[in-house]
Amino acid sequence: MRYLPKSPSDREAMLEAIGVRSVDDLFAPIPAQYRLTRDLDIPRQMAESEIVDFFKQRAKENGDGYTSFLGAGAYSHYRPVVIDTLVQRGEFLTSYTPYQAEYAQGTLQAIFEFQTMIAELTGMDLANASMYDGSTGAAEAVMMAVRITGRHGAVIARTLHPEYLEVITTYATHQGIPLSTFGYLDSGQIDRRALEAAITDNTACVLIQSPNFFGTIEDIEAIAEIAHKRGALLIVSIAEAVSLGIVEPPRAADIVSLEAQSFGVPLGFGGPYCGVMATKDKFVRQMPGRLAGQTVDKNGKRGFVLTLATREQHIRREKATSNICTNQALVALMVNIFMTVYGKVGLRELAKQNLAKTAYAADQFARHAKVMFSASPRFNEFVVETSEDPYAINSRLLGHKIVGGLPLKKFFPELGHAALWCCTELTTRSMIDTAVGLVADSERALRSMREVEEVAR
Amino acid sequence: MKHMTRKATRHISQNEGLIFEKSSPGKAAWKLPPLDVPEVDTAKLLGKQERKDLGTMPEVSEIEIIRHFTRLSTWNYAIDLGMFPLGSCTMKYNPRVNEFVARVEGLANGHPYQPEKISQGALRILKTLSDCLIEITGMDAITLQPAAGAHGELTGLLMVRAYHESKGNARKKVLIPDSAHGTNPATAAAVGYAVENLKSNEHGMVDIASLEAQMNEDVAALMVTNPNTLGVFEQEIHKIAELMHAKGGILYMDGANMNALVAKARPGDFGVDVMHLNLHKTFSTPHGGGGPGSGPVAVKRALEPFLPKPVVITKADGTLGFEYSRPQSVGRVRAFYGNFGMFIRALAYIFANGPDGLRQTTEDAVLNANYIRKGLEGVYDLPYSTPSMHEVVFSDKLQSKKGVKTMDIAKRLIDYGFHPYTTAFPLIVPGALMIEPTESEPKEELDLFIEAMKSVAQEVEEDPQFVLDAPHNSRISRLDETAAARKPVLRWKPEV
Repeated sequence: MRYLPKSPSDREAMLEAIGVRSVDDLFAPIPAQYRLTRDLDIPRQMAESEIVDFFKQRAKENGDGYTSFLGAGAYSHYRPVVIDTLVQRGEFLTSYTPYQAEYAQGTLQAIFEFQTMIAELTGMDLANASMYDGSTGAAEAVMMAVRITGRHGAVIARTLHPEYLEVITTYATHQGIPLSTFGYLDSGQIDRRALEAAITDNTACVLIQSPNFFGTIEDIEAIAEIAHKRGALLIVSIAEAVSLGIVEPPRAADIVSLEAQSFGVPLGFGGPYCGVMATKDKFVRQMPGRLAGQTVDKNGKRGFVLTLATREQHIRREKATSNICTNQALVALMVNIFMTVYGKVGLRELAKQNLAKTAYAADQFARHAKVMFSASPRFNEFVVETSEDPYAINSRLLGHKIVGGLPLKKFFPELGHAALWCCTELTTRSMIDTAVGLVADSERALRSMREVEEVAR
Repeated sequence: MKHMTRKATRHISQNEGLIFEKSSPGKAAWKLPPLDVPEVDTAKLLGKQERKDLGTMPEVSEIEIIRHFTRLSTWNYAIDLGMFPLGSCTMKYNPRVNEFVARVEGLANGHPYQPEKISQGALRILKTLSDCLIEITGMDAITLQPAAGAHGELTGLLMVRAYHESKGNARKKVLIPDSAHGTNPATAAAVGYAVENLKSNEHGMVDIASLEAQMNEDVAALMVTNPNTLGVFEQEIHKIAELMHAKGGILYMDGANMNALVAKARPGDFGVDVMHLNLHKTFSTPHGGGGPGSGPVAVKRALEPFLPKPVVITKADGTLGFEYSRPQSVGRVRAFYGNFGMFIRALAYIFANGPDGLRQTTEDAVLNANYIRKGLEGVYDLPYSTPSMHEVVFSDKLQSKKGVKTMDIAKRLIDYGFHPYTTAFPLIVPGALMIEPTESEPKEELDLFIEAMKSVAQEVEEDPQFVLDAPHNSRISRLDETAAARKPVLRWKPEV
């Protein structure tokens, strides 16, 4: 086996040194009836070339070469080449959690820089590094708010990513945290009156997403005021990190739960991604996840260590803020490098291109179909309502190697013929024009068919 | 005469400040293509929601970024540099073909919501990995959704809870041996169970009499790690399972130490009802400085209805798809389908090994641990003489007589070019030195490690203060952790 660095004579010598006759003697502690005496029924040992072939074959069956307008919590942005160059350095790739600070200063300083940039971008005082993803991060944020306020309920916008809501529901159920949801207006923004009605004296937090699941940007200050007036915290979930380049961050929030996938992380069929939690200084001791802090060594030299570990499971066991241990460190490094590459000016320009492509696409669609929620500002997603079922439209688009917007019926039954479209800096005008043309064709065909039916009647 | 190469020597390493300290206006590492649609008036589109300033975000060039992160990287220790003997962490070789195939276009850029018709490749990977892991564990069904080991524990215990609820009583407690990882009690608490400690016997195993006394209809599950954190196989595992099952309890196995069992024994065969795996330990996906991981949870048939949704199914036409209609499911534990990139890597590892390779891997892992044990017996105190599987736990009992603790020995090991072992864990061994070499170490590296450990023990006898002051050869000396926690500095700020 090519990964194993021993010759048969090495093994012999080692067995002799240990003082056993065969390696089987070392497995004697396992009761005989439980020892496996046959080969596992799994594929035979393969050559590297065969492994590469297998996965290339799978890639071919996996939509390679399609143009996509999907977003909805997983965004297609350009990934600068230096990201993979750097994260594949063995000293990052094959190192462990930096508990032994003297031997992990590279990882620790990188985490410290990551925390700094995330705090800056989200408008919070500090950030951790990291949570599994945006969905579990949001669930942990709710539990953190429960710990801070001593209250139990959470009030959640229906315009939160529906799968995030499902995850929060899973987590909250067994914590005895009652959840209630509130709806949205024709503008696409949350219904503030419904929110006000939903908050009780037992509400620990209000959780909204901005840009929300429909791509609509919320008025955070107004929502924060409603939450704070009733003594509840405001948690803002951000699924599209690139929006932070041009959209005012949720400075009035108490906790920000960010999914940073947009910052240089491959779509990868849904993971691994990178959740991050950011908050105010005063809440740091209730925040889960790892934190790197600056300190000095015996000679006064600047260095970094993992800190405030008394929040964590390996110290506090059942009294920890969370059970999280392994996180998304290497993915956070991708995010870190992406933020460093684009930086202060590039992130804004990148976000502006997303805004422009989306504004153009929404305008084009609006000539042939209904673009919903246009009264509010949006970032890089918009909802198109068609006469025909979007699943039917999408299956025709697929024939042209285009993946259309996500039909919303599955998550929002009331939006039966609506689909969520996304444009990023990678979406070209010709892709948009082609997709709009095909949707327009289907709209026209359906209209004329209806007219014919009308006349016949 | 064979020339013996010392493990490490000092060499020049580059200093490097924070990226913010290199920033200056006008430098850039990015370039966007020309906009092919009309420019927009951001103020008009966004109004008061427009962000005007990105504050202290850096402005640097590409070469500075390459040097910055390359310099930082050289300050880390890594498996690629040598043995990483962290007990219970299974720091094994991370094959590079895994990285290559995970980046194949079509897999790396697959969108989680693309239609199933054009997701057959990804679904096939999910299905094939699931089948392999079910066979390896001897269980009946699996979910790949959890993002890490602790997340797998959470998922597993949620299923335990749902199972008991379906029988009309969620029960109140989870039993956890005193040798367990911290994630176990933290997880039980997160699922709303009270944690009850279970003490170990003089062999470091679950004490059967205590289990008998503590097991009753209030107990939902026992979370056992097997081999446990002492590297000891729970020889009475069948009795443990019987005791649990007799009172309707569930036997949960923490699969952190599965590297001792793969292809040699299957938890499903010795009574385990639910368990998680760590793909980043046993199945070679890289630790990456702390993640990402992946924590699949395998279950017996009785728990299958409670698996998180969606699950992968084979449809009538032979294609694969996701099934969302699972009325008894605990729900989702993560958006989308899990850390898919890790599934690719783990499957590539299984393919590279096959049944014979996996067996040899496990045998070598156990051989290596026992070789170290033999080499250091007598030099360090061995608190439990029970046979070791894939890891061995010593204590600092002999060295602490000179005032030198496990952490001090660990820090001195850095000077010899090795990463420290796991210190002060498991909790049942005061001053523990927990060593797991994995199968990835050649005999030469093990010999160097044993020699280094002996040499440190010698130093403790001759000059304990020298060890207490270690490390001596690292970039920085021991850091003031107390100051870091007392007045946390968690982000850079410009000097004013």
